[in-house]
Amino acid sequence: MTLDTVKHATDTPDTGQPWKELGLKEDEYARIREILGRRPTGAELAMYSVMWSEHCSYKSSKVHLRQFGEKAPASDAMLVGIGENAGVVDVGQGYAVTFKVESHNHPSYIEPYQGAATGVGGIVRDILAMGARPVAVVDPLRFGAADHPDTRRVLPGVVAGIGGYGNCLGLPNIGGEVVFDACYQGNPLVNAGCIGVMKHEDIHLAKASGAGNKVILYGARTGGDGIGGVSVLASETFDAASDSASGTGKPKKRPAVQVGDPFQEKLLIECTLEIFAEKLVAGIQDLGGAGLSCATSELASAGSGGMRVELDTVPLRDATLSPEEILMSESQERMCAVVEPDKVARFMEICEKWDVIATVIGEVTEGERLEIFWHGEQIVDVPPRSVAHDGPVYERPYARPEWQDALQADDANALPRPATSAELREQVLKLVASPNQASKAWITDQYDRFVQGNTVLAQPEDAGMVRIDEESNLGVAMATDGNGRYAKLDPYAGAQLALAESYRNVAASGAKPLAVSDCLNFGSPEDPAVMWQFAEATRGLADGCLALGTPVTGGNVSLYNQTGETAIHPTPVVAVLGVIDDVTRRTPIAFTEQGQLLYLLGDTREEFGGSAWSQVVHDHLGGLPPAVDLDREKLLGEILISASRDGMIDAAHDLSDGGLIQAVTESCLRGGNGARLVVPDGLDAFTFLFSESAGRAVVAVPRSEELRFTDMCGARGLPVTRIGVVDGTAIEVQGEFGVELSELREAYEGTIPALLA
Amino acid sequence: MTARIGVITFPGTLDDRDSLRAARIAGAEPVSLWHRDKDLKQVDAVVLAGGFSYGDYLRAGAISRFSPVMETVIEQAKAGLPVLGICNGFQILTETHLLPGAMLRNNDLHFVCRDQKLRVENADTAWTGDYSAGQEISVPLKNIDGRYTADERTLDELEAEGRVAFRYLDGNPNGSLRDIAGITNAAGNVVGLMPHPEHAVEPLIGTGRTDGLGFFTSILKKLVSA
Repeated sequence: MTLDTVKHATDTPDTGQPWKELGLKEDEYARIREILGRRPTGAELAMYSVMWSEHCSYKSSKVHLRQFGEKAPASDAMLVGIGENAGVVDVGQGYAVTFKVESHNHPSYIEPYQGAATGVGGIVRDILAMGARPVAVVDPLRFGAADHPDTRRVLPGVVAGIGGYGNCLGLPNIGGEVVFDACYQGNPLVNAGCIGVMKHEDIHLAKASGAGNKVILYGARTGGDGIGGVSVLASETFDAASDSASGTGKPKKRPAVQVGDPFQEKLLIECTLEIFAEKLVAGIQDLGGAGLSCATSELASAGSGGMRVELDTVPLRDATLSPEEILMSESQERMCAVVEPDKVARFMEICEKWDVIATVIGEVTEGERLEIFWHGEQIVDVPPRSVAHDGPVYERPYARPEWQDALQADDANALPRPATSAELREQVLKLVASPNQASKAWITDQYDRFVQGNTVLAQPEDAGMVRIDEESNLGVAMATDGNGRYAKLDPYAGAQLALAESYRNVAASGAKPLAVSDCLNFGSPEDPAVMWQFAEATRGLADGCLALGTPVTGGNVSLYNQTGETAIHPTPVVAVLGVIDDVTRRTPIAFTEQGQLLYLLGDTREEFGGSAWSQVVHDHLGGLPPAVDLDREKLLGEILISASRDGMIDAAHDLSDGGLIQAVTESCLRGGNGARLVVPDGLDAFTFLFSESAGRAVVAVPRSEELRFTDMCGARGLPVTRIGVVDGTAIEVQGEFGVELSELREAYEGTIPALLA
Repeated sequence: MTARIGVITFPGTLDDRDSLRAARIAGAEPVSLWHRDKDLKQVDAVVLAGGFSYGDYLRAGAISRFSPVMETVIEQAKAGLPVLGICNGFQILTETHLLPGAMLRNNDLHFVCRDQKLRVENADTAWTGDYSAGQEISVPLKNIDGRYTADERTLDELEAEGRVAFRYLDGNPNGSLRDIAGITNAAGNVVGLMPHPEHAVEPLIGTGRTDGLGFFTSILKKLVSA
């Protein structure tokens, strides 16, 4: 086959091209021809097709995501905002923290182990590319029904992949979630988050400036794995993916899911950090989705000049790869750096020290074009911005689905409630033993949470927390939350409830919430109902972030999470990052001392729509989710942080799915102490135990601090109700029932191993 | 008067910085050692830290044992240099035959990370002098290839000579024969164990216990008083 050079393309304008098989629409192909003034070469077509895919271009979501910038609250903490590999926030003492959550949903369904593993690898390189040392990871996960046979295929593979990759990198896994729901059966959600730390002066950006600077590709060799992974996997449903694979036979039938090598990534991390420390790079970009197509076009379009790349110099695992395949390959563990010529030798020395292959593949040029050559012949000549940033933008139609009213009218508050104390007790045990409420230790014990020796809090705590300075005890905390059931009932409120819960979790640990990253998991944007959910959720999140003063610093959108006509619940997963000046002041969830007083903060109302109780006891989803009050969330957060800093509370646990009884059960089991609870005046026992009203937390207060604490709450107008005391070896609800911790523990800890081990 | 404790970094070592920190907290002078460097920089003791050196490729520890630094470590360990192998470090020590036996994949085939209770069986090694025989301690355990295995004769020898240094309590996490968590050589200068004492040296961090600090204070006392 002759090489499709730029000249050849100009000479043969009418040659048919597989744009459709590569996932492009007819008007998009026409637009490429218009940009170039000729038909694209095969290599150019490959680049445009991956970069204009939904995954890389955000073409359906872009118009909605703009709100995160437009409505961003004024924040002194923001150092780098949306648009870079990850946002960066100031956490004080000269430190900056970068963090982000991304999805690897579709690959993880096809190949659970490698899909999840490379999800971790990708987010870690994003963080590394900002100039930061990665210090922790978190993994929010969603699977189909816990007892479905396919969950047994997907979940163990995903968990082993996250552990196999993350453990080998030496990054403590400090949080995340595991949620089961039948709606995720064919579309599990594997989101991965990472936190990195650096000094302010070490922030690096993805740009190629300075004509004559060298472009260096370093890390793993390029192979045939993951070719077209982005466009095929992330942008169409699986049905369409299999169609295109069997269609023209192009791209070739290699594994579309990338294969990870965590050992190579560990070397890449240490090597890159040493390169940063010696200030050897002018710009840097990791290679993830869309591989070299993405890295070269993004680096070049962010810089001041053009770029010339000799593609045949790229080290290969498979010498038969075509230039198109090299450009599209998503082989893992690769980075691309722009280096001044006099620093290249030292750059190479450091790579050699770490046994990392590094190759000069091109240089920054005076021009404005991205030019790629293959054995001396030009195969790409494009304006880089047209590839990286000028992809299509869709104003997808959206409409509130017809069924939304009926769903909201199906009020969960009207469901039959337990009639006797015995029934109430039985439902408590059923709740804590349900897969979503049960202990996830079987999963999280497969992740290393101790490595690096800075882990202050890790799952099942409300938030993960790591120390970032050993002298000053400065630390950061992160929580991720998202409740697809709430979001299904009301996507606007659901997104805000996810934000509020994550914010509350960070505050409950004693850290001050600073900034937000999100991973927006939805069905097909071509369905107006899904697009409405997306529009509502982004609007809710943007409004919520403005109200709480926590800007969105970056994130990720995953669409097409649906099987046939059935979409997943809209699932915005929100990560909140917080800072704590002194980690010794952190607040754990465990009730560790008998005699301490239990206080409930916030208001409890009859709110059961989307609740765990309605799911576990009635298999029901309907009504409205709990009311959102972001001013209250802010006040609650301030109280929790002050109480932590001033030593007024020994434990705090946020109240969310499962309500008060779930939180108290977890805190009791964690501390090995029981609790005596009294139903407050004005509430019935059922509402007291199971309501999921937002803006609440339960705290354990030492008797010596009781007055000071309640005075503070009173003075600042936060409702505070004494609900009992840490006592004995059982949870006793006065006048109703008692359950020994041993029985609760069996219910809470037995479920997941029984289903999965 | 203090002592210099070296910690070797192989490609893929993860807990090197933790071990250096533990040495420092114990009062020793921590020294970084590099796998390609035969020079041990005149350290008084060496820690082989945890991690996945060389990605555990071929077999955990199998490639690291051939690194230049290990030539010197093997030679000097035979002459009495105190060496502690933690997790992957223990695996490397068995590959070098400084310690007998081998580690197989955990019997449930999963990576396991948890707080693990141990009994100190031998408080006379270079690394356990600050403990008392029979003392129970808790330190983090985290590995996938942690199932200690050796032939019956070797196991009997280890038992008879008091060379089983640590045993798992409250449940064997990985199927290790005779609940063995760590062993020592006959001279007591080379000790290996799968759990991670370097992760249990500060009251705030990890499990919140400091039961692992004794390894580092033990060696320091021994070196300083020698």
